[in-house]
Amino acid sequence: MQALDLVPIWTTILALGVFFYVALDGFDLGVGMLYNFAPDRGARDLVMNSIAPIWDGNETWLILGSVGLLAAFPVAFAIIIPAVYFPILLMLLALIFRGLSFEFRYRDAEHRTFWDHGFAAGSALAAFAQGVVLGAFIQGFNVQGRQFVGGSFDCFTPFSVFAGVALMFGYALLGAGWLVIKTEGALQDWARALGRRCLIGTVIGIGVVSLWTPYIDPHIAARWFSWPHIVYLAPVPLITAALIWYAWQSLNDRSEYAPFLASLGLFVMSYIGIAISLWPMIVPGHFTLDQAAASPSTQAFLLIGTLFLLPVILVYTAWSYWVFRGKVRSDIGYH
Amino acid sequence: MHLDPEFLSRIQFAWVIGWHILLPAFTVGLASYIAFLEGVYALTKRPIFLNLSQFWLRIFAISFGMGVVTGIVMPFQFGTNWSRFSDAAGNVISPLLAYEGLTAFFLEATFLGVLLFGRKLVPPSMHFVAAVLVAVGTLSSAFWILATNSWMQTPVGYEVIDGRYFPKDWFEIVFSPSFPYRFAHTVSAFYVTTAFVVLGVGAYTVRRGQSVAEGRVMLRLALWFLAIFVPLQIVLGDMHGLNTLAYQPAKLAAIEGLWDGGHGVPASIIGWPDAAAEKNLAEIAIPKLGSLYLTHSWDGAVKGLKDFPPDQRAPVAVVYFSFRIMVGIGLLMLAVVAAGFVLMARQQLDRTQWYLRLCQFTTCLGFLAVIAGWTTTEVGRQPWTIYGLMRTADSVSPSLTGANVLLSLLLYVAVYLVIFPVGVGVMLRVVRSGPAASEDLAPIGSGRPKSPIEALAATTPEGAR
Repeated sequence: MQALDLVPIWTTILALGVFFYVALDGFDLGVGMLYNFAPDRGARDLVMNSIAPIWDGNETWLILGSVGLLAAFPVAFAIIIPAVYFPILLMLLALIFRGLSFEFRYRDAEHRTFWDHGFAAGSALAAFAQGVVLGAFIQGFNVQGRQFVGGSFDCFTPFSVFAGVALMFGYALLGAGWLVIKTEGALQDWARALGRRCLIGTVIGIGVVSLWTPYIDPHIAARWFSWPHIVYLAPVPLITAALIWYAWQSLNDRSEYAPFLASLGLFVMSYIGIAISLWPMIVPGHFTLDQAAASPSTQAFLLIGTLFLLPVILVYTAWSYWVFRGKVRSDIGYH
Repeated sequence: MHLDPEFLSRIQFAWVIGWHILLPAFTVGLASYIAFLEGVYALTKRPIFLNLSQFWLRIFAISFGMGVVTGIVMPFQFGTNWSRFSDAAGNVISPLLAYEGLTAFFLEATFLGVLLFGRKLVPPSMHFVAAVLVAVGTLSSAFWILATNSWMQTPVGYEVIDGRYFPKDWFEIVFSPSFPYRFAHTVSAFYVTTAFVVLGVGAYTVRRGQSVAEGRVMLRLALWFLAIFVPLQIVLGDMHGLNTLAYQPAKLAAIEGLWDGGHGVPASIIGWPDAAAEKNLAEIAIPKLGSLYLTHSWDGAVKGLKDFPPDQRAPVAVVYFSFRIMVGIGLLMLAVVAAGFVLMARQQLDRTQWYLRLCQFTTCLGFLAVIAGWTTTEVGRQPWTIYGLMRTADSVSPSLTGANVLLSLLLYVAVYLVIFPVGVGVMLRVVRSGPAASEDLAPIGSGRPKSPIEALAATTPEGAR
């Protein structure tokens, strides 16, 4: 029996899973980074409240993403994760600290300042570490056979560190967009002002990474700049430019949802850009998606449950955002 | 000093899973206990059960949060430190781990929201259903994680191609020979652990003289539950041991400290296993007893450690002692429960200060037994990651140096030594504030509590600080 090729389905599921993680945890990590810049205690509490009911759900996508990579492309997991040993370590420790700071700052009031800083620093470090992982992934790894054989610090290069900083700006931009949705008045103006700075940082980040990537890898340069690719792919930079303009406009006028949506659009375009550069590799330069795919039996066994559970999780996630919609106000809830 | 990346990676895994397992050991049982309290409340409408459920939910929220963040670390360990194992076994174990994530995410996260925030939004019967589903979610997490672990202990249903493991029969893989015993023994251990916590907190509450009614219910419920589950746990442990004898004889020999196999083997009560000399020093042993309880015959044949080459033996002393610690704690538990029933029969349970104090001390017994049992089964699996097939030494990531792993281990140690004491301290505060704290259930507002803990904390005077 000719089995149905499930690799495209798993590629799609994993790509969506990672994107959901980046979009969802991205904005709450961003809010975490902006948190310590908030003007006063009351504002900080509002900022915290804007993500309180949803952050832990957002983080669960990370588990699904990592286990999904192991399940769908085991050899890619076995190469990529040890190659980014220290960024992963920093990310995990930062996420632990950040998550528990969230819970402990209310219950361990004597050390509230400590947990406040833990929350902001943990968010920033997690964002930076994820950017380094992304940068190292784009650069590629030193692979022999089916294993990473480079050093554990190889992943820290000027490019990957730059990507780390760029992602901090990107997440902070998403966070500012989220705060514009969730707050009003002076606090919203503050979020808009920060959002404009983050947008500038993000644009520089996207621009430099976009030019640096083809410079690192001639294959990527050929893919983007050779005729007729340059025509087919022209919409990617053009749409990105339009989104940047739209984001800037919306941060300056009174629209509430547009800054967040435009920022999310920038993430979509960057994601598409990276996918175009690397396709069809899952371990750049070594394994294609097909070569790295798990056995058909593994893919099929997991797909059965996933096709049932994933839509339910998506609906539930959407529902919980619906329940907690609207502005955060200081007169509701705690204190 | 030579830093061995394999050994340090093992220490690191032991460190992160040792702390992590304490949380499921508590939350699996607590979720079922809360579901029970909610069920009784939905049926009887007696407010004391509502008070108790509210009280334990506050503690559940904290421990659940800690379980989630320390749990995120676990799948990454397979990649960061055990990449060759991930490549070799990924096709077999990854769907089991992924199903853990999917089902747990679905059942726990979804219905935990209703359980924590939905008291006023849904009728008590629905609230009970949410509690049951959260409990089912925690059990399903345990199911998939233990299925993964059991396959590594007793691998079946696979084929090997080029040194990598491919699935042949998923039913065999999920229900591998040690799985039913491991699952029953572990879940029962988690339930006993939780019951001892409830017993200790109940004793504290009674002794302090506030919320005595709630304390008395906790004490009695816990004692009755333990009267069934501690003996049951000992029986399940025996069955699990017999399964180990059948499928992992070298591990069993290490547990028994049995060097020379044969017929009518002795039972080693206590001694010092000396791996170099291949004998136990200063040993107290009872002749033929080992064969009796292992094979249920005085002359039954049991393999000894010397029947296996030295490079296929687990670190004997660790396994030997951790097993005895576990069994010793089990016997101690039995004594505590028996004493409780004697006092209950004499109607002196609530007035016997020494016993109530003792119960406070035994709060940690279950956790210690879980760690000891886990150490027995995991160190006993050495030197293999996949028992008899893939060595731990062949599983570690080739790129790691000893210094790399030492650095990451130290960072994990530092962070866990901050978060666990704080987490325990936060839970102790809830215990001190007591179950009868005002129950003007936290206003849901427009559905915007700031965090699960805080929504619950707001129901206590302390939380309103």
